[in-house]
Amino acid sequence: MALEIIELCTNCWACEPLCPSKAIYEAKPHFLIDADKCNECSGDFEDSQCASICPIEGAILNEDGVPMNPPGSLTNIPLQKLAA
Amino acid sequence: MQLPVINIAAAEPKKGGCSAGSCGSTDKQMDHLPEHIRQKVFNHPCYSEEAHHYFARMHVAVAPACNIQCNYCNRKYDCANESRPGVVSELHHPVQAVKKVLAVAATIPQMTVLGIAGPGDPLANPERTFETFRMLSEQAPDIKLCVSTNGLSLPEEVEQLSQYNIDHVTITINCVDPDVGAQIYPWIFWKNKRIKGREAAEILIAQQQKGLEMLVAKGILVKVNSVMIPGVNDKHLEEVSKIVKGKGAFLHNVMPLISEAEHGTFYGLTGQRGPTNEELQALQDACEGDMNMMRHCRQCRADAVGLLGEDRGSEFTMDKVEQMEINYPEAMKMRAEVHAAINEELESKRLAKEAKVQVVNIQGLKKKETTRPVLMAVATKGGGIINEHFGHAGEFLIYEASSDGVRFIGHRKTTPYCEGDISCGDGESVLDKTLKVLAGCEAVLCSKVGYEPWGPLEAAGIQPNGEHAMEPIEDAVLKVYEEMRVAGKLETTVDEQQKVA
Repeated sequence: MALEIIELCTNCWACEPLCPSKAIYEAKPHFLIDADKCNECSGDFEDSQCASICPIEGAILNEDGVPMNPPGSLTNIPLQKLAA
Repeated sequence: MQLPVINIAAAEPKKGGCSAGSCGSTDKQMDHLPEHIRQKVFNHPCYSEEAHHYFARMHVAVAPACNIQCNYCNRKYDCANESRPGVVSELHHPVQAVKKVLAVAATIPQMTVLGIAGPGDPLANPERTFETFRMLSEQAPDIKLCVSTNGLSLPEEVEQLSQYNIDHVTITINCVDPDVGAQIYPWIFWKNKRIKGREAAEILIAQQQKGLEMLVAKGILVKVNSVMIPGVNDKHLEEVSKIVKGKGAFLHNVMPLISEAEHGTFYGLTGQRGPTNEELQALQDACEGDMNMMRHCRQCRADAVGLLGEDRGSEFTMDKVEQMEINYPEAMKMRAEVHAAINEELESKRLAKEAKVQVVNIQGLKKKETTRPVLMAVATKGGGIINEHFGHAGEFLIYEASSDGVRFIGHRKTTPYCEGDISCGDGESVLDKTLKVLAGCEAVLCSKVGYEPWGPLEAAGIQPNGEHAMEPIEDAVLKVYEEMRVAGKLETTVDEQQKVA
């Protein structure tokens, strides 16, 4: 099991120092998660740290490819406004 | 009639704090402060209204991470045409940032202050922030360091802040009531969890207040920034002002919400409006009875360079900085000379004004005529004088003249008339925008006004005036006010209530 950072990432560095497994690394064009190291923080924290501080909805996916923070979940912006 | 440039402190009855009519004026703003604080801020463009005409500041963007979300911020946004907090074009590692600071300080000797303001929260990036401060305090001891923060991590960082000899901190405090806060902050990251809603606001507020108290206890100057959000915290900010002043903040800066749909923020997309110029001024006036207010803030970008209101960041992109060879010890000598010359000018201005106050104190005993206050717009590039063409001004400073003297009200941004894209037929709409921005003003003072805008300005009730080029702003505003009085444009009433000691 591992999380994944996708191209929505804005390279804000917030997640990198929090990762207990040191799985997150700076890369171009955006940060990446080493799937071999990531254990989704199990045993270390209740919540995945990167997904708990990431400000960008949809930038981090779970192992099924589903956004950890779906659209509207962080900003409270109504979905129809986001689509506009 | 004698028109004082500053108010007659000695002749006015002392109330708690100061009267709304007085502390907006340049000198008064500084006169409130104890001497040791005045010494710390007299050359800081963000803290002293007078200094901002002479001294420049820069921000370096070393702090991208944030630990909270604000409804007026969108972290995805970055555009070179947008000048507002949280926005940045180029992110720097500390070593690059220091290089850039030295290059700017050597090129713009008026640059006295380096701030770290984001684009995230500096204290959510403590390693990068403090590494930058450490190198700068070693390599450029003549630059003042300051930092602004949302306050969430502040209590944990106060000790380190005091070690790096950072004597100015700005905390953004938008509320002291968690129910108000829940409408401004959707979440915070706290103790390894994302916390939402009222609970998040409660923690943030407690941390901000604790941080403020700890900084004051350490003798570190604290300015409080508040974003005015109509219908959310506009009424509440008067209480915030009282509380932060009571805890020892020395300056309160109420800023208007910047909110457009294209920014993609919660407020922008849900139609939350910002305050009008009049609403902002009314709130600043209301808070002023309790607190020293800042009115010259330009809400600059997290990588701004130059005098407030200008941004020379594009001259110092990293690729350009890498090409510059900087001998900082040499530059520091030149900088010291420039600073000494500016300080001398400020000192002589201060003495001249003190002399005027003496005269006014004697004459102020006479029964005084009260004339209605008048707003005037001024075009300036800095130096405290009228030295900008109407058509080149990207902003106007607004002053209020009354029988009590002149006070600075604020600044209003526009698009320079001469840069309007005439080819697209936009030339006229640019002037329309400026006319709208200057609404309420009865005169606009600039070094020159072209023939074309003259008619429309007059028609809008704004008298163009290019007769006071290169004169000190406040002197010129008073002269024009006096001309209006003589011309019978100010209905005069003899004020029997005039208080004269």
